Amino acid sequence: MSTIDFEAIFEAKLANNEFIEPKDWMPENYRKHLIRQVSQHAHSEIVGMLPEGNWISRAPSLRAKLVLLAKVQDEGGHGLYLYTAAESLGVSRDEMLEALHTGKAKYSSIFNYPTLTWADIGAIGWLVDGAAIMNQVMLQRSSYGPYSRAMVRICKEESFHQRQGYEIMTRMAFGTPDQKEMAQDALNRWWYPSLMMFGPPDAESPNSENALKWRIKRESNDHLRQRFVDQTVVQAEYLNISIPDKNLKWNESKKGYDFSPPNWEEFKNVVKGNGICNKERLEARNKAHNEGAWVREAAAAYAKKQNQLSTAA
Amino acid sequence: MNELVFKYLLRISDSGLILAQRISAWTGHGPFLEEDLALTNIALDLFGRSRSLLDYAGNLEGKGRSEDELAFFRNERHYYNHLICEQPNGDYAQTMLRQAFVDAFELLLYTELSKSKDQTLAAIAAKSVKEITYHKRHSFSWVKRFGNGTQESFTRLQNAFHELWPYTGDMFEPIEGETDLVKNGFVPDLQKIKTDWEKIIKDLLEECNIRLPENVYMHSGSAKALHTEHLGFILAEMQSLPRAYPEAKW
Repeated sequence: MSTIDFEAIFEAKLANNEFIEPKDWMPENYRKHLIRQVSQHAHSEIVGMLPEGNWISRAPSLRAKLVLLAKVQDEGGHGLYLYTAAESLGVSRDEMLEALHTGKAKYSSIFNYPTLTWADIGAIGWLVDGAAIMNQVMLQRSSYGPYSRAMVRICKEESFHQRQGYEIMTRMAFGTPDQKEMAQDALNRWWYPSLMMFGPPDAESPNSENALKWRIKRESNDHLRQRFVDQTVVQAEYLNISIPDKNLKWNESKKGYDFSPPNWEEFKNVVKGNGICNKERLEARNKAHNEGAWVREAAAAYAKKQNQLSTAA
Repeated sequence: MNELVFKYLLRISDSGLILAQRISAWTGHGPFLEEDLALTNIALDLFGRSRSLLDYAGNLEGKGRSEDELAFFRNERHYYNHLICEQPNGDYAQTMLRQAFVDAFELLLYTELSKSKDQTLAAIAAKSVKEITYHKRHSFSWVKRFGNGTQESFTRLQNAFHELWPYTGDMFEPIEGETDLVKNGFVPDLQKIKTDWEKIIKDLLEECNIRLPENVYMHSGSAKALHTEHLGFILAEMQSLPRAYPEAKW
């Protein structure tokens, strides 16, 4: 069989909506694209533990503390499945972490924004996890088998997180005047960063074309963003808090809302490393990894000694 | 008798709560992902157990105080957690050795409490025994890894040992009137638990080439709600929101 035949098989699988599995032949660009996307997704999960982890010690009730702790733990779990899915493409976890820690690999820019009040924990669940679900529901049907299967489980947990976030928002928005003010302020600060989560406008999205062709992605950035806005407006209305956009208006002809685009200059800057928490997030990851080095070494040395003992015996 | 049981419940629930508050600071910052998840699980168990105990304590007290009022609106001089639980996380050796000392103690204590004449306490304890069995397996295996891993891990374990050992005696200090609870079959005698605990810990540390020192001065005080300076900061952080907005419901 020649290479051309392999490619034909790959194309035929895509055309028939079949999964591509780790041992299947795949074009090098497809593999590279997936490694980039899946590892970036994994990094986003573990960096995403930080802004919310920031409130574990200050969660205002024991129940809220348990819920938040379990949620942050879920994100660590998602990171774990995704690193494993990426490993099936021939890259090691160490290599991926090295790329994260040196700033070579990206993670979702939203996590470079700070969590300033308890309402932010609600807003992250509601908006950030809400936006993530929009993206991820389509990834359940992604062409790469391990990624698609990881996403099935992740989506279930994410929709739970979104409900938890909305529950916090509900308590805040219907709470005391101080709580309501925090809820509105959180929406004001997280709205545009959430819209940015779908990536640049389609016309300027460098990686979208191949991703759509390979069925790694199945819907365009702008399309998903529109759907997110349409869904979220009603939820904000229920909470009786306002989306910070004077141009937000129902458009009968497109059966959706018109809305202002986020500030893409700000987006580019945060991606470049100029967000208020970029430095802190990377430092926290590096610190945990570096200070954990002796722990990992001790575990490896101990396991080796135990192996030697059992071989000798 | 209810007042005495109430105070005893605070002693054990506060210990879990403060230790969980400490270890949950590792969430997102653990030495590697799998360990991050494991330690978070332990924190979840401890917070969950403290909720059940505080809820029951509030019912017994009969003044309508909820678990949250008990957790967030008592100050240092009304907290009865063991001194060892409020000690800083330090490095991972210190966190794990502190955990091993507490886990070994709790497994003995809660196994006895599961036979308590107080049925609610017995039921909470029975559930906890299953959890603590796993916690102990986890912390003991790390202590053994550190003791027998690398020179660095051994040195760190030894430093942690010197740091923490003087706080272990405090776990065996009874609250005022505890002997009455023992007599009535509500709670076990701490002196008996102490003997078993010392043997278990001696064996563990021997496996790690650490010899137990003799005649070390032991700190105490938590049975009378007398603490190290650490607790004030833990509570200030943990209680900040409910105290700033006492009218709010979260």
